[in-house]
Amino acid sequence: MKKEPFFWVTISCGIVIMAFILLPLIEMMTAPSLAMLKETIKDKDVVRSIWLSIYTAGLAALISFVLGTPLAYLLARSNFTGKRFVEGIIDLPIVIPHPVVGIAILGVAGKNHWIGQIFSELGIRIMGSVTGIVIVLTFVGMPFYINAAKNGFESISPRLEKVSRSLGASMFSTFFRITFPLAWRSMLIGIIMCSARAISEFGAVVIVAYHPMIAPVMIYERFEAYGLKYSQPVAVWLVTICLALFLILRILTLRKPREE
Amino acid sequence: MITIENLNISLPGFNLSDINLSIGEKEFFILMGPTGAGKTVLLEAIAGLVPIKSGRILIGEKDITKLPPEKRGVSIVYQDYALFPHLTVLENISYGLHFHRIDKKQAEKRLNRLLEILNLSHLKERLPINLSGGEKQRVALARALIVEPGVLLLDEPLSALDPGLREEVRTALKRLHQSSITTFLMVTHDFAEVLSLAGRAAVMNKGLIEQVGDVKEIFEKPSSPFVADFVGMKNLFKASFSGTYAMVSGLRIEIGRTVDPSSHYLAVRPEDIVISREKFSSSMRNNYSGIVTRIENQGFYYEVEVRVKDVSFKGLITKVALIELSLEEGIPVYVSFKASAVHVF
Repeated sequence: MKKEPFFWVTISCGIVIMAFILLPLIEMMTAPSLAMLKETIKDKDVVRSIWLSIYTAGLAALISFVLGTPLAYLLARSNFTGKRFVEGIIDLPIVIPHPVVGIAILGVAGKNHWIGQIFSELGIRIMGSVTGIVIVLTFVGMPFYINAAKNGFESISPRLEKVSRSLGASMFSTFFRITFPLAWRSMLIGIIMCSARAISEFGAVVIVAYHPMIAPVMIYERFEAYGLKYSQPVAVWLVTICLALFLILRILTLRKPREE
Repeated sequence: MITIENLNISLPGFNLSDINLSIGEKEFFILMGPTGAGKTVLLEAIAGLVPIKSGRILIGEKDITKLPPEKRGVSIVYQDYALFPHLTVLENISYGLHFHRIDKKQAEKRLNRLLEILNLSHLKERLPINLSGGEKQRVALARALIVEPGVLLLDEPLSALDPGLREEVRTALKRLHQSSITTFLMVTHDFAEVLSLAGRAAVMNKGLIEQVGDVKEIFEKPSSPFVADFVGMKNLFKASFSGTYAMVSGLRIEIGRTVDPSSHYLAVRPEDIVISREKFSSSMRNNYSGIVTRIENQGFYYEVEVRVKDVSFKGLITKVALIELSLEEGIPVYVSFKASAVHVF
């Protein structure tokens, strides 16, 4: 059968996009020599900043999980006036430019705001601290978790929960015996998306906390101070470690659930 | 025993108004009505799954209106089975046992009895995805009954099944009802299910209960035009009454009895109408000549529409009768029915 011209258009566009995404990445990954990569990973500052990136992003995902799950469930299960509005607010951090997020958070965390004053009296520092980084990363990552978890809950028939209740299970038992076992995959995907988004954040973090230095800030600093050649090995290590982590999580989620 | 008093429910775009219903202990009660009549909402209200605006629901002597679903002792079975997809058949069935204090021996006895009655023993380790529709519904029934609920609610449990399986599950339902202490309340559209399972029934329409009574009574003596139409009395006419006859668009119909003069409708079942080529000489009081206007194949029967003056009667005849009478559209025939076949309301 002769293929239609439209078919060739779709194929060509696909190839252009694949090349557009992969070429720069492959170029970057292959640029530094093995010796250079070895030397970079021996650098204590590099290891410290990559570790900081990973664990602040992980903490952001954990906070999103704890605080976001009940809200995601509520949004999936009930209809109330203003629900669209709440959903819009949750999506706000996705559309706000990153430096603006940093400035906005500093606005409430600074000395001129009562929240900032409470924090400082409690001895919690936001500016230039790990706490500040985690707050910023949670802000930008949370929407991804909530939306993924919400989709997961929505895909479970409410009738399963109703049957469970009628058989004598309380709401808590129902959640842990029925809803959670059926939704955890979506929740895990949400956690991956949330932490991936958090690890990639630069603009907002650089305003709130230049130091301690997360990996993206360090890459930027090395690029500014020493040039492309010195920033590439750090970037390669960050990308490799993150990809490896996400791959492991993905393999866990992709294992076929027995109910499908 | 279930008693529902002045129940009102208002959901977005839907209301249940002033429902009063009393269902006896261990009864098999059926709710009928068109789609959107509120049958499922009423079931879920009894199970405590939808918020109610006012009114009371009692099971036995106990007011359960304010109890959460898990404290009511009311199990529910849905049309789409709603089996827990991540649990095996055995885990599904014994799910409710986690939340009831039942000693192990007793639990095992109940489990084995249900597995046997519902013929599920060989499927214990399967997951719902690997079951047929009939098997799924049998699992759902076992899961609902293992906790020995006071009331079992069945929301069109058979309508998603193939006709063959339907009969099998229907028989199982009958056996389960006869051997259990549970009151069964079932929603269905299927008259065969109503006639074979239920003792009493109610017909609902637009959030209201139109009629409650013995199944026989509902089918033979519908109390309103809606119920008459719903139970298949296709010949439903507006009429004026005087003495022992009624006038329908200028046609005089004998009823053989005096009726409440405030009645406005009369109805005749299509099965009660006799269609013949010669004038039918019998005791039937109503005899008219008319013209066949339509013949429709309805599977096992043919529906024949005969026009008498301005009134169209619908009768049901078998294929054999259709051939013997050599009926076609446009030929003259006689229509007869007994005065006692005329229902008035």
